Amino acid sequence: MSEVKYSKEHEWIKIEGDVGTVGITQHATEMLGDIVFVELPDVGSSVEKDGNAGVVESTKAASDVYTPISGEVMENNQAIVDDPGKINSDPENEAWFFKLKIKDSSELDSLMNKEEYDKFAKESGN
Amino acid sequence: MEIKKTSLNKLHQEHKAKFVEFAGYEMPIQYSKGIIEEHKITRSNSGIFDVSHMGQLFIYGDDSLTKDLEKIFPVDLENLKLNSSKYSFLMNEDAGIHDDLIITKIDGGYLIILNAACKDNDFKILTTLLDNKYKMNLDEKRSLIALQGPKSSDILNSILNGVNELSFMTGNWFEYKDQKIFITRSGYTGEDGFEVSISNDFAEEFTKMLIDNGAELIGLGARDTLRLEAGLCLYGHELGIDKTPIEANLKWAISKQRMTNGGFIGSKKIIDQINDGIKQIRVGIKPEGRLIARENTKIFNDAETVIGEITSGTFGPSVNGPVAMGYVEKEFSKKDTKVFLEVRGKKYPANICGLPFYKKSYVKGATK
Repeated sequence: MSEVKYSKEHEWIKIEGDVGTVGITQHATEMLGDIVFVELPDVGSSVEKDGNAGVVESTKAASDVYTPISGEVMENNQAIVDDPGKINSDPENEAWFFKLKIKDSSELDSLMNKEEYDKFAKESGN
Repeated sequence: MEIKKTSLNKLHQEHKAKFVEFAGYEMPIQYSKGIIEEHKITRSNSGIFDVSHMGQLFIYGDDSLTKDLEKIFPVDLENLKLNSSKYSFLMNEDAGIHDDLIITKIDGGYLIILNAACKDNDFKILTTLLDNKYKMNLDEKRSLIALQGPKSSDILNSILNGVNELSFMTGNWFEYKDQKIFITRSGYTGEDGFEVSISNDFAEEFTKMLIDNGAELIGLGARDTLRLEAGLCLYGHELGIDKTPIEANLKWAISKQRMTNGGFIGSKKIIDQINDGIKQIRVGIKPEGRLIARENTKIFNDAETVIGEITSGTFGPSVNGPVAMGYVEKEFSKKDTKVFLEVRGKKYPANICGLPFYKKSYVKGATK
């Protein structure tokens, strides 16, 4: 059974055992516009909850990507580096950013479920 | 101050525009298709740009007006044919650029198209310089609509027969019902196209006709990627009061005869710079890989010394890669010079390159 949770920085994380797959939400891509460049954290690097874990650039501006929870990066998605347009077309599935080994699963408690996130995104407007 | 809206604001909303404030106006940055798709539509079909925020300054007068304007602008207005246009600058005595503009000789005077952010200041400067001798009208009752892209000529000609006979950088008055429309064959996207000056109360109806004939609304976002690929300067980025036309590599826009004889504002500095050389110059910069280097990015030589700064940088959809322009010290301005761009604390390789990034397809001659 997998579960998907969401951060206030508009990242999603799919949890399967002690592995989390992280990406940015559809709502985030709509705010950003056409994404043309992405920088991902290196495999083997450690990322800290709410810390920097890459960059996306749209035709308009650069935005930081944050990791919703801490862990060690196991894999990053080279397919979106080669074709950043995939992030716009399928942000919450094919265009995942990186997979990490979850360090502390209690960090997941602070994240939102789908319903909470949708409400948050609609109200925050950004 | 209340934000200004153009006559097409309602139409932009209907087409799901995302708005930004630009020079005090609420302008569409993009519509639902997004910047990349809008950019490609302009390159392959025909894009409609609301540029009504730009200034349309009509100045009326006789031969003395031509002489007085030649004391200001580095253009050969004496020999400029009726309904022909030239790209030029309003400068200060140090040849710093107040604004870049298009000046067209019209029946009874001149029409000058000014940048939105500069137009009120330009008007003040010109009023003073011309000493209130001439009738000047910064016309707020007219909209300006640019139609750009390879199918623009056919689309516009189907509404106004004869526009396809205009050659590049010329214009004329056209009539539609009781409307007097001034059209020039020009633009700022690197594509063949037109700029249409039309009364505000007719602008929406006219734009809808363009849409019905196959053109699509395009936002300022794509206008920026299009002009950057075409290697064209944007005021406030490549051009400003701290830059001269020589530094901006726009010497071609200064008439040869005027450059020799001088007699326009800033001419001493221009002639000095031509004779003595300049320290910095505008260049094209092509980052290696996909990294985007934006405005204010520092440019380094291989010895890790700062040699310049980027003034515009984005992703070029037609080039399918990053593109940038900036200023570098003259000795590093040669094509294929390797430089480094500092982005987010890291240095990335790039090369000085020729402009444009994307080859223009302007229509040159008239086809009578």
